[in-house]
Amino acid sequence: MVNTALARRSSPKSLRVIFGVLLGLLVLSFTLGTGAPAAHAASDVCVADTATACFNGTIKGVGEGVKLTIDGNGESIVVETDKDGKWNAAVTTAGTYTITLDEKTLPAGVTVKGDAVQEREITLGFVKGAIFAVDGATGEGADNGQSQEQIAAEGFNWDRLAQQVVSGLRLGLLLALASIGLSLIYGTTGLSSFSHAEQVTLGGLLGYTFANVLGLNIFLTIVIVVILTGATGYIQDAVIWKPLRKKGLSLTQMIIVTIGLALALQYTFQMFYGASTVRILMKNPETFTIGPVTLTFESLWAMGLSVIVLILVGLFLLKTRTGRATRAVSDNPSLAAASGIDVDRIIRLVWVIATALAGLSGVMLGLVLNGINWQTGMQLLLLMFAAVTLGGLGTAFGALVGSLIIGMTVELANFVVPGDFKYATALVLLIVILLVRPQGIFGRKERIG
Amino acid sequence: MDMWIKVLYDMSANMILPTTAAFAIAAIGLNVHFGFTGLLNMGQAGFMLIGAYGFSVATIAGLPFWAATLVTIAAGTIFALLLGIPTLKLRGDYLAIVTIAAAEIVRMIGRASVLNSVTGGSNGLPGETYRNTFSALSPFPDGKTAFLWFDFDNTGVNGWFIRIVAWSLVVIFAVLVWLLMRSPWGRVIKGIREDEDAVRSLGKNVFAFKMQALIIGGVLGAIGGMFYVLPTSVQPDALGRNMTFLIWTAMLLGGAATIWGPVLGSALFFALRIFIQGTVDILIPDAILNTQQTEQFSWIMVGVALMLLVIFRPQGILGDKKELNFNV
Repeated sequence: MVNTALARRSSPKSLRVIFGVLLGLLVLSFTLGTGAPAAHAASDVCVADTATACFNGTIKGVGEGVKLTIDGNGESIVVETDKDGKWNAAVTTAGTYTITLDEKTLPAGVTVKGDAVQEREITLGFVKGAIFAVDGATGEGADNGQSQEQIAAEGFNWDRLAQQVVSGLRLGLLLALASIGLSLIYGTTGLSSFSHAEQVTLGGLLGYTFANVLGLNIFLTIVIVVILTGATGYIQDAVIWKPLRKKGLSLTQMIIVTIGLALALQYTFQMFYGASTVRILMKNPETFTIGPVTLTFESLWAMGLSVIVLILVGLFLLKTRTGRATRAVSDNPSLAAASGIDVDRIIRLVWVIATALAGLSGVMLGLVLNGINWQTGMQLLLLMFAAVTLGGLGTAFGALVGSLIIGMTVELANFVVPGDFKYATALVLLIVILLVRPQGIFGRKERIG
Repeated sequence: MDMWIKVLYDMSANMILPTTAAFAIAAIGLNVHFGFTGLLNMGQAGFMLIGAYGFSVATIAGLPFWAATLVTIAAGTIFALLLGIPTLKLRGDYLAIVTIAAAEIVRMIGRASVLNSVTGGSNGLPGETYRNTFSALSPFPDGKTAFLWFDFDNTGVNGWFIRIVAWSLVVIFAVLVWLLMRSPWGRVIKGIREDEDAVRSLGKNVFAFKMQALIIGGVLGAIGGMFYVLPTSVQPDALGRNMTFLIWTAMLLGGAATIWGPVLGSALFFALRIFIQGTVDILIPDAILNTQQTEQFSWIMVGVALMLLVIFRPQGILGDKKELNFNV
């Protein structure tokens, strides 16, 4: 009986279509990446070749005019940051250089956090980054979620489009990890969990603790974080959500409970980690370039890992008995219970999967984006809601497709509107969707009630 | 002992702050939405921010006080219309997501650097740039007045004048809501909260009634925002999501769907937070929790209190459980 109910909902055919779309997007982004002509660097941008090596970096949110001095091997170069806080310098001798940030040139109220003098060894033909962290910086650059490799060029060109598409794909994949859980929870329990965002933040902050504070290997860190965040999901359902379901709390009350939990968690994070942004793995990210697209290696494997995990989740939902039961509960809890499915066990499992995926997403966001702070999750929550609403509330695959669209929208919005508005664009998109198709792409009309 | 007296003083001083009054006005507005109509508005801070910008930008542009107040009211109305049209026909949690998203859009636009010359970007607008038209209305002479253990300027930034005006407005709006809710219009509104389809079957235009309620609550939110920034400054990030959640906490604490619940809840909310912070500060040594951490601890307690309140006493202090419908 369950099987027939499911066959109507997500036949293998529609699954193939979804994966086809996903694959198509991947292929498209990489053909765009390799097919476009090589980037023409602006005259003042350092290009590493056989005779030169480049140092570069971005000091977020300080704007132009901050001076850095690069000393060593008989050379002494003074460079200034541009309006985005980016700087770069060319040297012609390999060796060790001392890079000094002139603190006097920082804007008022901004102070150096960590070392203002850093040493870097460089070989000709290579680019080396130097990161100076600052406190008190304001403006767009200081915001979270600004992708690190963003090209500063203004206006439209194909190279920039390719870069943004890849950035959008990356954001979309990481967002998908988080929002699939949100959608599964909604599907099985009807709850729009506002505290799901804090699960993402928790993952990021735990990742920082294990990888940077305790110095563990990043892959080991990911495993530990996923286990720990999954455990928080188990405990939450056991201590809070299951008793509340039994108590017969209405969904609106439950939503407000998740808001209370979100508030409490946010300030708990602040208590332990402070209000500043932490970045996982502070060492200089190694970058590589395919055509016009520059990415860090961390970004690449984070995207790869996301794709693998998303496929595994998809296979779990479609191919395993428990996965089918999960979708059955999502479809109709009473019918599922009548067919002998242990609904409470499935919901417990969904909480564990959802929080573990959110934790994974948090670690990777902390790794590839600008870092994680106590309100990072909250900033992403609305993007997640936009993604699951776009895909259709409660449908896991809808959440995946919705996330990719939202990720792309956020990164491609830069072409049309100023950078400050890129998140706002995604939220406007959310409202427009509700106007024209409130049930989302994969949702059924009855869900809108 | 002195420390405890200071905590008590801080508690009472916080209760009568003009920003507390502004918060209470916004809570009364939210109560019209949620308590009486059953609308799940999660973006009340967005209404406040729109009102704050409406007043301050209009004043800076040279409008007199009353015209700027009208701009505030118009801004709240338009924002409510924009929000209501796509969502009032949908189920409650869609309204929640859209309102929270719209409030965020307002905040993001407000803090965008391209609008620096109008909204001041992320730095916001300092209070002295728009406060004077209001202070000029003060009938009080210069100087200070002491009343009970409070001693404030008569007219200054945070003086008696704005306190009296703001708290008078709280009373006026509460009475207004009371009058509205016992009118035929109010009965329809409460009917919509209880059973939308039943009201529809009586031939009432549910959408129009919901929209009117959204506008009334939204305009109250906008006026709340205006009085929130008059003694302080316009800071887009101060009127973000968490502000909405705090208003919810205060409203539920006092009692949703009651007239005085939001007012009592707002005053108690700030007093209790100061009490928690002060008590923890005194009892727990700095080595375990420093001053900043005690403040964060008090906010954690606010979150926990919100959870416990909704679970164990959803009707709050003054509320009647039968009056409250959480099934929106």
